[in-house]
Formats: sequence, structure tokens, C-alpha cells
Amino acid sequence: MEKELRLMKGNEAFAEAVIRAGTDAYFGYPITPQSEVLEYLTAEKPHERTGMVVLQAESEVAAINMVYGGAGCGKKVLTSSSSPGISLKQEGISYIAGAELPCLILNVVRGGPGLGTIQPSQSDYFQATKGGGHGDYKLIVLAPSSVQEMADFVELAFELAFKYRNPAMILSDGAIGQMMEKVWFNPQKKRSGELQPWATTGKTADRERNIITSLDLDPHRQEQFNLKLQKKYREMKEKEVRYETFQCDDAEYLLVAYGTSSRVSQKAIQMGREEGIKVGLLRPITLFPFPSKEINELADQVKGILTVEMSAGQMVEDVKLAVNGKIPVEHFGRMGGIIPTPEEVVENLKAKIIGG
Amino acid sequence: MTEEIIIAGFGGQGVLSMGKIMAYSGIMQDMEVSWMPSYGPEMRGGTANVTVILSDERISSPILRIFDTAILLNQQSLDKFEKAVRPGGTLIYDVNGISRNPERKDIAVYRIDATEEAIRMESSKTFNMIVLGGYLKIKPVLKMENVLTGLKKSLPERYHHLLPINEKALSRGMEIIRKLD
Repeated sequence: MEKELRLMKGNEAFAEAVIRAGTDAYFGYPITPQSEVLEYLTAEKPHERTGMVVLQAESEVAAINMVYGGAGCGKKVLTSSSSPGISLKQEGISYIAGAELPCLILNVVRGGPGLGTIQPSQSDYFQATKGGGHGDYKLIVLAPSSVQEMADFVELAFELAFKYRNPAMILSDGAIGQMMEKVWFNPQKKRSGELQPWATTGKTADRERNIITSLDLDPHRQEQFNLKLQKKYREMKEKEVRYETFQCDDAEYLLVAYGTSSRVSQKAIQMGREEGIKVGLLRPITLFPFPSKEINELADQVKGILTVEMSAGQMVEDVKLAVNGKIPVEHFGRMGGIIPTPEEVVENLKAKIIGG
Repeated sequence: MTEEIIIAGFGGQGVLSMGKIMAYSGIMQDMEVSWMPSYGPEMRGGTANVTVILSDERISSPILRIFDTAILLNQQSLDKFEKAVRPGGTLIYDVNGISRNPERKDIAVYRIDATEEAIRMESSKTFNMIVLGGYLKIKPVLKMENVLTGLKKSLPERYHHLLPINEKALSRGMEIIRKLD
């Protein structure tokens, strides 16, 4: 079957891709700026297209626990929300990570803290990458920078989630959620119906019973389990790092930015290069695992790094860890729902890195 | 070719849908497009604006501070975005409800009396298509056949009987737009 071209908002493209990926169920609760996900799924009637369940839960907490249940049965399930709603889901996310279950969570980030604003932000980076809930766990975190990637990362996130039996998060923002761009869709996939050997789908005579839990009161077993999780996260760091570079070959200065900020940064690079500033961009696609090695290598080539984020400076900490003091690393950010302009990025590159 | 446009006005003037039709039209002729709206409370009766980018190349930032063209349809938008036009760029405005005319001398300023024309056409909803027609006269970046297809694609089928009047509005816009000296 041919691929199909549409003009869509990021949220709608995500929802369409969810149906086409052969997803079993979506559980969610509306919140700006991601409400189009639930609206689109409801209007599309995926139960008629693939048999997929779409349910508006009574709350975010209910939705994530429905995801926990569906994931425990080995189903391809997801939820979506925006920042305050994602905070409400953190207990469930920690349980899902602790029970080693695959699922997809979309966060269309808005400005915080608290109810904050409905405008775009990237201030949930710490929450997404450092464990927003309790305990030593990690999410696989993918950061789309276009409407196309809002669609493409659905299948990628599910693939990684099932490969590692770990929750995966797509960390987007209000701008990518609300913006319309061209998007190509893969043909519709059937729901697999495949039974996962670890899932609680009813014990048969030929196997031991499967148990899904995040509770083990024996500290020695719990430590062994934690060691196993850490081994899994190390394996992700070795195998699953994804990133993109832009005009880095001759770069003397480097911008590091993801999502909407990386788009603004590309324009800034174009403007900077018109003034003769040799600047490039590294865009992390996976925020966990983070492209630390690649940034460290680029630090041997460039004179300084500026991170561009819609936050007070969160990812900059991971960039500094990656660079480990080799060269100056500075941060430029806007907060509260303001998107930095390309002009501001160039000004800050000059002031904080080139002139510094 | 890259054309970076801001369209701004009151909620209900059809600012966002005008941008959407432009984006659809761009796709019809194999361009890269982005459509970045203001969203949230400001859409509900207040000011609405949308950044549309049409390009032959991959689009970098969908959010901009400076634009090639500004289409400004009320006083607040004129106050906010007149200074956001690139030197040598284009400003299009409707004089209806405007108490202060554009002042920039380093840009090309066009006036289109689209509100008045929409009343003459006895259909206030054709307003945005009159403006779009005017824009296309000045900046023929989109082919008319693609705009008509774009219009058809972005209108739900129950409104397809309105296609002829919208087509007429586009050509009226082309006729009435005029340059200020």
C-alpha cells in the first residue's frame, strides 16, 4: 500500500499514527494543549477501523492505571496528557516501570509550575528523563521536532517499549502539538493479537503462572531486581541513542536543542552563518538515553556550546555532564510559554559563547 | 523560495482558516508548509494570529519574529506586527476599524477594503477569501487552481455549495487591492 499525505496538527497526526500502528487501547483525559488527541480518536471511531478501544477516563490517575492493566495483559496501550496531567500520572508510571511493562505516554508540554499556562514549554525535561515518580527507574524518552515525527515516533516508541519491557514517553510541546505540517502516514497495520509470554492473560496448563507486580518486600530480591533494571538502562544507553546533526562538519560553535527549540535553532544557524559564524546543531532525538558520547566528541571540535531550551535550563545539565569541563557550556532559555526567536538565539550565542 | 507570513485579526474573521487554505494550496504544488496558530483563550473572541510558511526547502523555525508579509486585519494586529515586517517586505491591511494607518516607509503597504466588499457581496464569511485574493495578486506564490483545490480540501463537504462565492471573493480581492504611496 502507498503512503498517504495529509496536512495535520501534531496532536492529530499522533492520534492517526496510533490507530495505524495497530494499537489496542487508548485511555486519556482532556487537557490543553493535547485535547486534539482524544478528540481525534473519538471522532475517528477506531473501534470500527481496527477494534481499538478509546476511553475517556474519569481522571488522569484512572487513565494511567487503565494503561497499567492493559499493559499487564501484554496489549499495546497508551495515554496522553499535558504537564499537570502527567504529574498526576507519575505514581502509575513508576508502578509500570517497576512492573517492567511496555506502554506509551505522550506529554504535550505546557508551561509550569502548577497549572502554569497552556502555551508551549520544555520545562518537564527533568520529570521525563530523571524519573518523575519515585524509585530508580528510567523512561525511554523520544523528542519529536515536527508533525511528521509526532506520527513516526509512535511505532518507534512501542517497538522500544516492548523490546525492553519499559514505558516509553514521547516528550512533545504545545507548539508541535498545535502546529500543522505535512505528514506522510504508513499504511494501516492490524492489531497483532500476539500473546506475550509474560502477560497475565490466563494461566494455561503448560506454563507457570505469570505475576505482574512492582512489590517485593524482600530487600535482597528487590536489590537484585534493581540491578536488573539498571542493566537494562545501560543496554539502552549502548544501543538506543538517537540524534541528528545539522551543519556540524565545519562548526566552531555548537547549539544543542530538541523539539521546537531545535527548529528555532536551525533558523538561528542559518542567520548566524550569513554573518560568518560557523555554528552547528546537535539535536537529541532520544533524551533518555542521551547522546552524551556524541556531544563529548563534538566538544573536541568546537570552542563552546549553547543549549537552547524552553525552560530555566534542564537539559544543559546533561550536556555539561557529557562535556565534562572540556569547553564552556551555557544555556539560553525562555519560560512560561514563550518560544525563543532565532534572533535571540544568535544574540545569546554571541554574548554567552563567542564573546565570552 | 521561502515566504514567511503572519496573518492577524479578530477571532471569527477567518484568520486561521485562511492560513489553512494557504497551507493546503502549498501542499498541492509540492511545497513545504507550516501553520502555527495562536491558541487558547485568545482564540475565543479576542485576537487570533497564524504564522504560515511556504517554502521549496525544509522549514526550520515555524515560529518567527520577522516576516516577509504581514496581513493585518485589526488595529491591535497593526500595532503589534507592523514593526515585524522585514525591510522591503509587504504589509496588507483592511482599513475597516483602523484608527492609525501604517507608517513604515521601508516596506510596500497595500490596502484592501475587504470588510466593505464582503458587505457588498452580502456574505461576511467571504471576507478572508477577499483578503487572500488580494494577497495572491501581490504575491503570486500559489497558483489559483491549487488555491481552489486547497479551499475545497479544507472546507467540510457540507459547505461545498459555497465554493463558487468563495471563488468570486478571491477574484474580487485581486481587483480591489491597491498600493499606498
